[in-house]
Amino acid sequence: MKLLTESAFFGVAVSLLAYFVGVELRKKLKSDLMNPLLFSVAAVIAVLLLTKVEYETYYAGAKVISFFLTPATVCLAVPLYEKLGVLRKNKLAILVGIGSGVLTAMVLILLMSVLFGLSHTEYVTLLPKSITTAIGMGVSEELGGYVTLTVAIIILSGIQGNMMAPLLCRLFRITDPVAKGIGIGAASHAIGTSRAIKMGETEGAMSGLSMAVTGILTVIAASIFAVLY
Amino acid sequence: MFYNIPVIFEKSESFMKYVRQFLIVLLISFAGEGLNRLIPLPIPGSIYGLLLMLLCLCLKLIKVEQVKEISAFLLEIMPILFIPAAAGLITMWDVLRKNLLAYLLITFVTTAAVFFVSGRVTQRLLLRQRRGEKK
Repeated sequence: MKLLTESAFFGVAVSLLAYFVGVELRKKLKSDLMNPLLFSVAAVIAVLLLTKVEYETYYAGAKVISFFLTPATVCLAVPLYEKLGVLRKNKLAILVGIGSGVLTAMVLILLMSVLFGLSHTEYVTLLPKSITTAIGMGVSEELGGYVTLTVAIIILSGIQGNMMAPLLCRLFRITDPVAKGIGIGAASHAIGTSRAIKMGETEGAMSGLSMAVTGILTVIAASIFAVLY
Repeated sequence: MFYNIPVIFEKSESFMKYVRQFLIVLLISFAGEGLNRLIPLPIPGSIYGLLLMLLCLCLKLIKVEQVKEISAFLLEIMPILFIPAAAGLITMWDVLRKNLLAYLLITFVTTAAVFFVSGRVTQRLLLRQRRGEKK
């Protein structure tokens, strides 16, 4: 048992197996409620609790997976580059739309953090909640937040966008495909984008673009807002 | 079965392409981390890397073909990369529990509000732009 858990391969294998099972389950259930990432995280935590393995032991092996986060974030530049044409054509509407979304997130988090009496650390943990996890983790780390809590809240935001995007479009009377994509990407990053792709090609492309620009704008906005409370 | 062997050899030659692609991405990641150390701003090295890659693509220093497969692969498996850090939630339960309701409320309200503002503002400006083009 000790050999199993102290091997560098244990953490990686458990993580990959959990994701694989999650993806297979989604294929079987054909439901957006079945989110492979959420399932994997829950499954890994369950395995750690059942086998009484310390998180640090698991992470000593699994950090090999985290190594690929920075290269993957660098690769977000490729779809962004391929959509520069669409961005140039509608740049004012898209950039103002995304910018106002970023500002809304910052102001609301500031107001609600004051309202609930959260600490500075908790406040900066929440600031990058709407952006893609790789960037959000970096922002949270740089600002001195609880990185794992940021990841959890980012995932919750993504799943909320993923599940509720069509409903929110109807409720808010957002009918334009470009506007739908921009809204989904700004509010719920990659996990929301996976739903936007299913809503249509334009929605998917714009959501991916919005996710990347929101991430970059939030890096700047969060470092300014971090000083305010 | 045996006649496949020469094909496999040809393939193994072309697999070097992926090593080259990964090397490009790693060098840009490395340069990004360097900028993070040099510039005293709370911007992670991965973001500098993203911007550097975008700049290199725009300046045609790197062609999309030179990083296409590796970026498709890394973006495809991206959710997996978050599992180890997210499972760290197990060590954060005490912090999370203290303000669970506040966190959930802030997350829920902010996500919906950002969606509303970004979507509506974009839609309004697009409509105005299209009307302007028609005139």
